[in-house]
Amino acid sequence: MTTYMKPLPRPTMESEPFWRGTRNHELRIQRCRVCGKHIFYPRSLCPECSTTDLEWVQVSGKGTVYSYTIIRRAAFPSFAADVPYVFAIVELEEGPRMATNLVGCPPERARIGLPVEATFEDVAPEVTLVKFRPSSMEG
Amino acid sequence: MSLKRKAAIVGISEMKPTKAPEGRTALGIIAEVAREAIADAGLKKGDIDGILAGAALGDFCLMWPSAIAEYLKIYPQYADVVDIGGASCTGMAWRAAAAIQAGLCQTVLCVVGDAWDVARFYEKELPFPSTEAEFENPYGPMGANSGYALITHRHMYEYGTTPAQLAKIAVDQRTNACANPTALFSGKPLTIAEVLSSPVVVDPIHLLEIVMPCTGGAAFVITAADRAQAGPHPPIYLLGAGECCTHTAITYAPSLTTSPVKVSAQKAFEMAGLTPQEMDLVAPYDCYPITVLITLEDAGFCQKGEGGRFVEETDLTYRGTLPLNTHGGQLSFGQPGLAGGMSHLLEAVRQLMGRAGGRQVQDAELAFVNGNGGIMSEECSIVLGR
Repeated sequence: MTTYMKPLPRPTMESEPFWRGTRNHELRIQRCRVCGKHIFYPRSLCPECSTTDLEWVQVSGKGTVYSYTIIRRAAFPSFAADVPYVFAIVELEEGPRMATNLVGCPPERARIGLPVEATFEDVAPEVTLVKFRPSSMEG
Repeated sequence: MSLKRKAAIVGISEMKPTKAPEGRTALGIIAEVAREAIADAGLKKGDIDGILAGAALGDFCLMWPSAIAEYLKIYPQYADVVDIGGASCTGMAWRAAAAIQAGLCQTVLCVVGDAWDVARFYEKELPFPSTEAEFENPYGPMGANSGYALITHRHMYEYGTTPAQLAKIAVDQRTNACANPTALFSGKPLTIAEVLSSPVVVDPIHLLEIVMPCTGGAAFVITAADRAQAGPHPPIYLLGAGECCTHTAITYAPSLTTSPVKVSAQKAFEMAGLTPQEMDLVAPYDCYPITVLITLEDAGFCQKGEGGRFVEETDLTYRGTLPLNTHGGQLSFGQPGLAGGMSHLLEAVRQLMGRAGGRQVQDAELAFVNGNGGIMSEECSIVLGR
């Protein structure tokens, strides 16, 4: 089995619940108990209202492509074999945006507004990344 | 208190960019352009009592300005690094003016220099914010390339901006570069068809619309208004300045298509008491054509969303109705290391001083310069005038 050479996330105290969620194939992010906004990336305070009264919730995993690009030359050598691949911003149904890859389809299928759903990729023993594929409702 | 006409740029120096370091160091380059800028101002080293330095990719260290001051053997009473990416040099202009106005110093050396080349650009691990290392890098972004590609796609989606419109920016700037003997791409004319048929690197950005990293350095000397008349060149006054920062990673920007230039430019024009339409030339930071297009929209040179049509219909060359990056811009002049937007600022100063040679804009009195840092993350706009 080849070693995974791509950059791996290094969970922090703040983000560990997110990465524990992905290992369980769940998309879990924070929600502010005071103003109700969902939060990503994980933080110690609500970026909207500054309270520290936050909770972790499982979200739907649904979203849309907010923007995307197709990488045709790898910047990190470890990605050379994947070229061409899609690097995208997905806007979750619940509001926050996250950087990700669009997978499960040819790169040319990518478009702004494409409905997508979360999919989980176990890349290393303790690390699962969340990526997105075209929604199964999409014809 | 307004900074309008409190300080003026009195000397400039710029090293011709080279593709590779050729044995030079950042400190060596900085020392050379510093010496020349001070001489250009008609001053002596002992007149410099402030130093502002841009961050560098090459030999950067903690307390970088003090390393430079030590190398030059000067004793500044104001020293700082301005680390806001391509907004650093416009950022230096008002920071120096503010320090001068506050009485901390009288004459500030503002300098950038970097010994870098394309081959190393992706080799050295850049100090990413921890949040990017954790939540962006695992997905394989391509640095600024992918960030601006995301912006470009969204702008096309929201406003119908076309690849040909964006390519025109690169082409008009190349025309300017061909009139600039020090530009990296001088002597290499370019057409829209050539841009659009060059390989797509990160959709929708083509190879010939991507800035070329290189080695180089540049500096300016800015002094108190009441000392500015003594030099050999017409002093170029800071008339207005404004800044705004909204994000680091484009993923979290409030908008991908409206930038902090909206705030920074408004503040700069307000301080100057001027409007975009009064500018004789513009020098917007141009890592990619979309940066220029969004800057023109957000600074008020055209309506939001109309940038594509505006650049299509406007002659942006040094002979045109809105001379833009008459040195060729970074796209055709080159980007020495982190550059900090220095080439744009110096070209505006050069034009206003009447020293632009074959690409001189007639009767150039007022210029708008925009510094853009990160992925349209940090903006610093200034207005300069005679």
